[in-house]
Amino acid sequence: MTIQFEVNGKAVKVEVEPRTHLADCLRHGLGLTGTHVGCEHGVCGACTVIVNGEAVRSCLMLAVQAEGAKIITVEGLSRDEALSPLQAAFRKHHALQCGFCTPGMITTAHALLTDEPDADIKRIREVLSGNLCRCTGYIPIVEAVMEARAAYRK
Amino acid sequence: MKPTPFDYASPATLAEAVSLLSARDANAMPIAGGQSLMPVLAFRLAAPKLLVDLRRIPGLNRIETNSEGVHLGAMVRWRDIEDDARLDNAHPLLKAAIEHVAHYQIRNRGTIGGSLAHADPAAELPGIAVTCDGIINAAGPNGARTIRAAEFFLGPLSTALKTGEIITGLQLSPWSVARRWGFEEISRRRGDFAITAIGLFYDTDAAGRAANTHIGVIGACRRPHRIAEAEAALNGCAVNDASILAAAKVAATAVDPPEDLHAPARYRRALVETLVERALRQAAARSTRGNT
Ligand SMILES: Cc1cc2nc3c(=O)[nH]c(=O)nc-3n(C[C@H](O)[C@H](O)[C@H](O)COP(=O)(O)OP(=O)(O)OC[C@H]3O[C@@H](n4cnc5c(N)ncnc54)[C@H](O)[C@@H]3O)c2cc1C
Ligand code: FES
Ligand code: FES
Repeated sequence: MTIQFEVNGKAVKVEVEPRTHLADCLRHGLGLTGTHVGCEHGVCGACTVIVNGEAVRSCLMLAVQAEGAKIITVEGLSRDEALSPLQAAFRKHHALQCGFCTPGMITTAHALLTDEPDADIKRIREVLSGNLCRCTGYIPIVEAVMEARAAYRK
Repeated sequence: MKPTPFDYASPATLAEAVSLLSARDANAMPIAGGQSLMPVLAFRLAAPKLLVDLRRIPGLNRIETNSEGVHLGAMVRWRDIEDDARLDNAHPLLKAAIEHVAHYQIRNRGTIGGSLAHADPAAELPGIAVTCDGIINAAGPNGARTIRAAEFFLGPLSTALKTGEIITGLQLSPWSVARRWGFEEISRRRGDFAITAIGLFYDTDAAGRAANTHIGVIGACRRPHRIAEAEAALNGCAVNDASILAAAKVAATAVDPPEDLHAPARYRRALVETLVERALRQAAARSTRGNT
């Protein structure tokens, strides 16, 4: 089937099998390999993208269900080569080691802070608890998100 | 793993969806949020020939609160319940239970219709539907019908839905402001399925004794059910330490918990006792004025 949607502000048209999930469509169909696929059944959160303003797991959504949607992937969060304030905070706090979980952490935190720039530490921990990280022990990730809140309050 | 190949349709009307699902040899399944179905397909536990997406069918995503109680359309998502301030008073028990469902991203897609149809015994909404004597509305090739939640869940991942039937909504009867309620859950992590959870409420008579007690169990069962023995133990009693502990004990002997890799049966039984006690204490401590 041919589907059309918008990714990171650009209209795209792509041919997919109905069984293709959105993560595979983004990675294989559109070359946007920033979105990572960890478990492919909804438990790790690495594949999180933002669909019509809401964070979703792209391995749990069929690409054909994205027809007409506006999608933001991790590639769409920074302009050119510059890091976004959230990304810069991740770097400052050593909130990534291998980086496999990072795109999912960043997109999830971006969706959260866009909606709730005043989220407290409890809320941030609760939201990020759905994303697995095997390296950092989570504490630096939470610290980075806490610091990035300031940039979303403006 | 990747799902087996299938076709996809997203009909614009309920009638069209029913006819696609009930066509002879269709081997078709509805897809709502996909948050349970996508993993099922990825593990190849199901191999439908056609998926019928319910997303374009109008009117299924509404939450209504009125003198009849609360009606949740089948496509209402966890997120919609969380965001709806009317439910704080219209159905505080529902609202509290749904806080425990899944993680942030899943809550943006997962729907109440999908949860009822998936019928996981450890899922919160089916438990609330049964505890509150909810009525499930369905549409099928022979028209619309209603099914009592108590008769809807047959066992793990098994329901009374017939081929071609689509859940259109869940009706919960009106909530009274003075009602006492509690919800307690143990899971490994916030947002994971319940190892065991208890949802309950009771009203009080003029003398302050418990009446109309409803106690429902989630997780420590093959399908969510009310624990009639524990309800009977509390009805007519003043709610105090003695009656709470007695009802909790009765509940623990009345359930028949399964054993699996998450927890042995004995542990789940012990949780039932602890959680009935905690939920009753929560209920008793609650102010009679609304959801505080
Ligand atoms: C990591 C993870 C954690 C989770 N944790 C929890 C949890 O703690 N508690 C919990 O309750 N759930 C949990 N879930 C499940 C989640 O809540 C699902 O959203 C929900 O169970 C199914 O809703 P859905 O809309 O996604 O349904 P889908 O996945 O689209 O469908 C599920 C099933 O229902 C059928 N179906 C869907 N809609 C209808 C309808 N209207 N009529 C008839 N049949 C229909 C489908 O054919 C399919 O068989 C979790 C899921 C994941 C991936
Ligand atoms: S790859 Fe989607 S949640 Fe793990
Ligand atoms: S940085 Fe390695 S998994 Fe999170």
